[in-house]
Amino acid sequence: MKLKAVLENYVFVLPAVIIFSIFYVIPFIWIFHLGLYNWDGILPTKVFVGLNNFKEIVLQDPAWWQAMMNAGYITLIALTFQNALAFLLAWACDREIRMKNFYRVIFFIPPVLSEIVVGMVWRFIINDIDGANIINRMLTAAGFPNLVHNWLSDPKTALTTVALVHSWKGFGWGFLIFLAGLQTIPRELYEAARVDGANAWQSFKKITVPLMAPVMALVAILTILGSMQVFTLILGLVGGEFAGHTSVPVLRILTSMRVSSRFGYACAQGISFGLILVVISFIQYRFSHKAKQA
Amino acid sequence: MKLSLRLSCLLLLTCGISGFLGCIPKEDSSKVITVWHWMTDRQSAFQELSRRYEATTGIKVNFELYAPSEAYSSKVRAAAQGINLPDIFGILGEKRDFASFINAGHVLDLTPYMDADGKRWGDSFFPKALEVNIFTEGNSYGTKAGVYGVPIDITTIQMVYNKSLFKKLGLDPDNPPSSFNEFIEIGKKIKANNMQGLVSGWTEAWMIDCFAYNYAINIMGEEKVLNTIRGKVSYADPDWVKVFGIFKDMRESGILANGIVTMINKTAEQLFANDKAVFAFNGSWCVNVYKGMNPDLDYAAMLPPKVSDKYPMVIRGGAGSSFMVNARSKNKEETVRFLKWFTDREQQAYFSKATQNIPANKDCLKDIPEILSQFADDMEFAIHPNIWDISEFPAVTESIDKGIQLILIGERSPEQVASEVAKIKEREMAKKNN
Repeated sequence: MKLKAVLENYVFVLPAVIIFSIFYVIPFIWIFHLGLYNWDGILPTKVFVGLNNFKEIVLQDPAWWQAMMNAGYITLIALTFQNALAFLLAWACDREIRMKNFYRVIFFIPPVLSEIVVGMVWRFIINDIDGANIINRMLTAAGFPNLVHNWLSDPKTALTTVALVHSWKGFGWGFLIFLAGLQTIPRELYEAARVDGANAWQSFKKITVPLMAPVMALVAILTILGSMQVFTLILGLVGGEFAGHTSVPVLRILTSMRVSSRFGYACAQGISFGLILVVISFIQYRFSHKAKQA
Repeated sequence: MKLSLRLSCLLLLTCGISGFLGCIPKEDSSKVITVWHWMTDRQSAFQELSRRYEATTGIKVNFELYAPSEAYSSKVRAAAQGINLPDIFGILGEKRDFASFINAGHVLDLTPYMDADGKRWGDSFFPKALEVNIFTEGNSYGTKAGVYGVPIDITTIQMVYNKSLFKKLGLDPDNPPSSFNEFIEIGKKIKANNMQGLVSGWTEAWMIDCFAYNYAINIMGEEKVLNTIRGKVSYADPDWVKVFGIFKDMRESGILANGIVTMINKTAEQLFANDKAVFAFNGSWCVNVYKGMNPDLDYAAMLPPKVSDKYPMVIRGGAGSSFMVNARSKNKEETVRFLKWFTDREQQAYFSKATQNIPANKDCLKDIPEILSQFADDMEFAIHPNIWDISEFPAVTESIDKGIQLILIGERSPEQVASEVAKIKEREMAKKNN
């Protein structure tokens, strides 16, 4: 009887396991397998090189690590600026303010827009020669003409500009999840705290933050995964890797595959990148779990 | 009983007739030729020619468009892996990619067809257009010698200048700069007049590549460039430093438009077409693009201003787009017949007129527009890396392009870039020799 129940459970999860295997596990194994070869993606013959492609990524490919650093920087800006903005706006919209439903809709517009469209629109807003130069005009009008700058063409500011536009595009997801999380906190807790003499900051620190910790962990993991994989936005904003200044791992993989015709190496880069993301997410999860327990 | 017998007979008769009719195909599927391409701007001309061919021969030709070119390129590679390429396809990439397609058995050797009837078909093309599809004996790719593609049009990548803006700058619109020093001097005028100088899609590495190799050949000659690719000359050689140095000179003179390193070619085309830039480095396809964007644009083509008189100034050019025949196609003969028809004088004249591209057939240059004939005239200076039997390592090409971008934004000196590229070349050579 017990065996039957166990088997029944397995039967229920079987379709999901099959679909997951076909679309995730098997391709992952197959790509890892291709990563062990030198292959141009066209010839039927592949040259087995063992782990040499992986070794090259780690030891001989500074462009890859520069791309990882750039993606890390974009992620850092997203984790701090984007998520802080998302949390603050969600917190504001959770209160009894006028037109809060309108704000909710407005804040969720950027995430539903196509990345390439966002990139090109912001390029138009920012650039002077082929755009409207709006940011620089605003700076001049506000009395800061010395801050006028070629934001996307200057290597010192290009990556930060990309990161900020990425944060603008992405904060809506965090906003929505934070808002949903805030709405699950019982109002009675705040009322009880107020009766006990707690001020707004104390309520926020002692009630909101601890109860929102799991939600924050979830948003952080989603932000890391989304930001590390950004590339379409970069193509729209700066057109490519900009001499390595806006290079990110996915663009490097595309370059290996399309420009260099190194299909095997691109597969190895894809697997390495996937593993790095899994490790980062796991570490993030463990930290959040410990913080929650503490 | 009689009724059931009659019904049975009727049923048998019906089945028989349907079976017989079923044996006759409504449309002979073997008489449909499928072509995959990425040329959005040429789709309507392709369809018109397909209609004409069907009216003449009864054979349908399906031109299937897959754009953008990156998506097309991925599709063709995936189809090659799955052995399901169409009858005709194009290959986007370098000569080594082309060679891989041939070596994998995907491309038909067209030599017997080109050579038939006293080389009638082969001789109808501009030699430079056909040359990029030829693999010679003993080539470095290990590919059997032969002709593996049919050029359908010609592209040259060179410079254009805006005549109206030339007049505004007080320059003679009929005399573009012929030397690099004159070009740099114009840069200073452009800067003083707060105008934009040269625009080009230099965020796309291959366009920088074209420009750099034009000057490399002008400065040191084709043989030395080829010897560098062969590994016999170092990229740290003073001539290469000089090649990288022209980018530094251009940056310092103000001849380059703002943000050229992050400029995509479409943006460059818009700026030039809208009288916002004095020079553009672009391909001959720009004639069609500029016509669409600004039909009144007053411009002319010019060769890049030369640095040295010792060697000629060259431009990247030759076959613009080529079609390859699938070696595994069931319709090989029909496909080749169609391509012969397609590249015949009448069809090429129509194609050139409709798409504003230089025709591959050398007999129909008479009817092309004046600006296009300026590009066609410069074909004598055209050279294409695909005619070389050797390609540079992708890592080296990438380091050259990235290095030039770094010079353009002032982060590296020409000497530093030359030294970095030389190191990467040495590394790749060592890897190859191991």
